[in-house]
Amino acid sequence: MRSSIFLVFVMCLSLTQIQISMADLVDDTCKQTPNNDLCVSTLHADPRSATADVAGLAIIVVDAIKAKATATVAQINTLLGSSPDPKTKNGLDSCLKKYSNAILNADIPSALEALQKNNPKFAEQGTNDAANEANSCERSFAGGASPISSFNKSVTDLSNVASAIIKLLL
Amino acid sequence: MEKSAIWAVGLCLVLGGHGFEAEASYQSKPTEQPYRTAYHFQPPKNWMNDPNGPMYFNGVYHFFYQYNPYSALWGNLTWGHSISYDLVNWVHIEHALNPTDPFDINGVYSGSATILPEGGPVILYTGLDSKSRELQNLAVPKNVSDPLLREWIKSPHNPLMTATNGIDEYNFRDPTTAWQGPDKAWRILVGGLINGRGAVLLYRSRDFVNWTMSQTPFHLSNKPGMWECPDFYPVGISSKDGIETPVQNADTKHVLKISFQDNGNDYYIIGKYVPETDTYLVETDFLDEVSDSRYDYGIFYASKTFFDAAKKRRILWAWIKESDSLSAAVEKGWSGIQSIPRSVLLDQTGRRLVQWPIKEIEELRENQVTFFNKELRGGTVIEVPGSITASQADVEVSFDFPHFKEAEVLDPSWVDPQLLCSQKNASVKGGIGPFGLLVLASKDLTEQTAIFFHIFATHNEKYIVLMCSDQSRSSLRQDIDKTSYGAFVDIDPLHEKISLRSLIDHSIVESFGGEGRTCITARVYPELAINEEAHLYVFNNGTQSVKISRFDAWSMKKAEMVQRIEEDSQFMSS
Repeated sequence: MRSSIFLVFVMCLSLTQIQISMADLVDDTCKQTPNNDLCVSTLHADPRSATADVAGLAIIVVDAIKAKATATVAQINTLLGSSPDPKTKNGLDSCLKKYSNAILNADIPSALEALQKNNPKFAEQGTNDAANEANSCERSFAGGASPISSFNKSVTDLSNVASAIIKLLL
Repeated sequence: MEKSAIWAVGLCLVLGGHGFEAEASYQSKPTEQPYRTAYHFQPPKNWMNDPNGPMYFNGVYHFFYQYNPYSALWGNLTWGHSISYDLVNWVHIEHALNPTDPFDINGVYSGSATILPEGGPVILYTGLDSKSRELQNLAVPKNVSDPLLREWIKSPHNPLMTATNGIDEYNFRDPTTAWQGPDKAWRILVGGLINGRGAVLLYRSRDFVNWTMSQTPFHLSNKPGMWECPDFYPVGISSKDGIETPVQNADTKHVLKISFQDNGNDYYIIGKYVPETDTYLVETDFLDEVSDSRYDYGIFYASKTFFDAAKKRRILWAWIKESDSLSAAVEKGWSGIQSIPRSVLLDQTGRRLVQWPIKEIEELRENQVTFFNKELRGGTVIEVPGSITASQADVEVSFDFPHFKEAEVLDPSWVDPQLLCSQKNASVKGGIGPFGLLVLASKDLTEQTAIFFHIFATHNEKYIVLMCSDQSRSSLRQDIDKTSYGAFVDIDPLHEKISLRSLIDHSIVESFGGEGRTCITARVYPELAINEEAHLYVFNNGTQSVKISRFDAWSMKKAEMVQRIEEDSQFMSS
């Protein structure tokens, strides 16, 4: 009886150790990104992070960029539907192209494909480009009056985190 | 017989013999595709990266390449295949290898060709299995007497090599061309990652099917980062020709070249290879010096050489990727070109390689403009006559110096040539320099790519030459990479003229300083300076005059790149 309790105790301890080392991987990885808090919260929000390796963590962040970019497109369409003034409309049109054609159609798919096929150098271009596109969108509103600043900031920040994680794979 | 006639006859034989259905080469109005090149190798559309298995066999040059048949982004990797009789004009034929088997289902990655003494060429390549693990595989021609070698059969023994002995199974790729040792066994090198460090692994075989890994890596990095696309070949000091393995003598040295995944550059070292023990002794290792040897200080990756038995020379290919964005690739419908093939030789000092574009591309030259002994005063810009198509040209110029009185002194802390070129760009006035060429420039010079030299004095009355490719004002567009590149040129201006050759081709500028001692390749995407709106200038933004001792420029004709696919071929996607 005692030996089996002991055995169960040892097994529980081992499992706890495994759990702790996975959490360590998230912490260790996020420390090496420009936005530790965003990195940690994004990864912890996804159950896959409990058992992912570094490439897997990168994929989680890229998926988060995709979700945010999709939400941004929805927001842009909503704003376009509410008769914005010409300057704002120009910016929104330009941003729609950047998010739909560039980020969602080229950058994200490219990054995901490369990460799934263990070719991190091609993934890096995808996340770097996504950050550039979001930045460029933010600057396309004349007079700096962007109505989607928080979306652009999220996408930029997430992309920079993803790029940093991918760099660890190179 | 004239070379173009030989090519034409060859092509006729190809067409006549195989009843091909001719397909038009890529058709579009020039302004819709201002960045497509006229004489650099690129497929009609979609994504291309690494050069694969280049070889010369049975009178035909073969070139294979990493290709995505479905999009302009990386993925679905396949071996595209093209053939040529002159390394300038190409015929694109069926894909050689498709990702259709368990040992390459997730991608047919890079590899090399070996010409067996009896039996023709074979290909060794990396494949990704269903879990994306990397393996090495063999393919042989279906019919070795087909001059085009259109079809390839994968060996029933595949995979021949898997990642064992601590090699990372996700980083084990790019087998080299094989060579025979004194015991007649074959040897190859494969790139890999061991404990996070880059390595080049040696494998031996007697039958090309059963391979044994050498216990110790052929070469090992002392820093983290994957080593890709290894290349290993002999060069001779006194030889003007390339050397074919396995011939070698006391004068022979061996070059080991690696593509560093973590910084996207190609590096080489030179050493002594001892075939009896398969050891490689180097004096200066990778990343041991600030001035590490690179084939090219610009965009130039995954390079690979082959020995051209017809002309006894070693030829170098490299993938020149885009400097715009992934979304631009999707919009253009294509991404990636190859460098112009270069001859590679060991220079007289035995310490570095020298490269030069193959002589065959000179066949494309026309409308020559030449002048001699022209003084280029400080602060002048001179346009080269409009008879030259400035967006599609070959330019050679040599500079001479009446004196060196106005040379700026090199600060000992200026050790990074690329940084120097970014800070002291073409618009910053200097002493002797910046002087050189303005290429793909708009009429008002708001757009210009400057390829130039700057001569600095060092403390002991010697002079050092900096070469720059300055893309900072290459385009009004904001969405591209306009990083400048630079390197010092090992040339003494007290005793030698400083020469520059630039090959200009719409969105690429390949520059060769000091007769190929220093090479810099750049990608540019002007908004204004495209096609007929591009101009070519010689400039001097230093205070001191320089003398152009000789200047030659030619328009370059378009190379012929056509598609020839058999009607019933299942291997080409439309």
